[in-house]
Amino acid sequence: MRNPIGNLNKIFDSRIRLGVMSILMVNEEVSFNDLKQMMEVTDGNLASHLINLEENGFIKVHKGFIGRKTNTTYSITKAGEKAFREHIEALENMIRGVK
Amino acid sequence: MDSQHQPLEALQDIRRMMERSSRFISLSGWSGISAGICALAGAWAVHLRLNRNLSDTGLRGGYEYYTRITGILLIRELVWIGAITFVAALVSAFLFTYRRSQRNGVPIWDRTVQRLTWNTFMPMLVGGLVILRAMQLGYFELVAPGCLIFYGLALVNASKYTLGEVRYLGYGQLILGIFNLWITHGGLYFWAAGFGILHIVYGTLMWWKYERKLS
Repeated sequence: MRNPIGNLNKIFDSRIRLGVMSILMVNEEVSFNDLKQMMEVTDGNLASHLINLEENGFIKVHKGFIGRKTNTTYSITKAGEKAFREHIEALENMIRGVK
Repeated sequence: MDSQHQPLEALQDIRRMMERSSRFISLSGWSGISAGICALAGAWAVHLRLNRNLSDTGLRGGYEYYTRITGILLIRELVWIGAITFVAALVSAFLFTYRRSQRNGVPIWDRTVQRLTWNTFMPMLVGGLVILRAMQLGYFELVAPGCLIFYGLALVNASKYTLGEVRYLGYGQLILGIFNLWITHGGLYFWAAGFGILHIVYGTLMWWKYERKLS
């Protein structure tokens, strides 16, 4: 028998990383500030999680400008989408297994 | 971080974040009710004004005559009543939704609201131009069905960015508008039914479904 927890992605253990991925699944491109507002977290905290997701190749970073202010936006990668879907499936399987 | 994260909780979190980031769900049922009341008041004002005009000109009785009255003054007055009604409905609807978003702790001008606003007002703006042109060309019968149809399309479009139930309000407006295209002498009644009654019914149902327990 396969261990159902084995399919859970360790990277998505964090609520913040899971939240960022959820938001990016349904929005093409989201700015740092919008993410911060929706997740209700501090700059530093969010930034470290975003770096983690980027290093794992799950999200792409786009650096742009609005006037002189930097505007950093994020979008999900194909690999990120796949990992996220698998994670949801694993969660579903766990719930089914419990019932 | 919490690796004890329960699967059901995690799925609920995911769903909440997806909805919160893509839909504006603080739209209040009271907004629908207040907009409906404004519309009924506006329709009543127009009704009184038309009746006065009809008795002035000896064309007392039915609405089938109102399209023949092309007095510039009357039209201007009716357009003013329409504009005031629109602004009153918009402001009152905004206030109730603003109150609800404050209670939910959701910002009133984030990306979801911007998208919702654009996707609602764009079809309405186009519709407004079409109706304006129809009036210039003297097709006054098309004003009421035009309002209903373009507003219905705007709502169906907007439903992707807010509470999904808005879609059914849109369908209701579209059905009334399409009937009104043929039953032209009942314009004001169709208009009052769509913008007044449907809004109030919709608002009450939404309040019942989402806000009753919280208030």
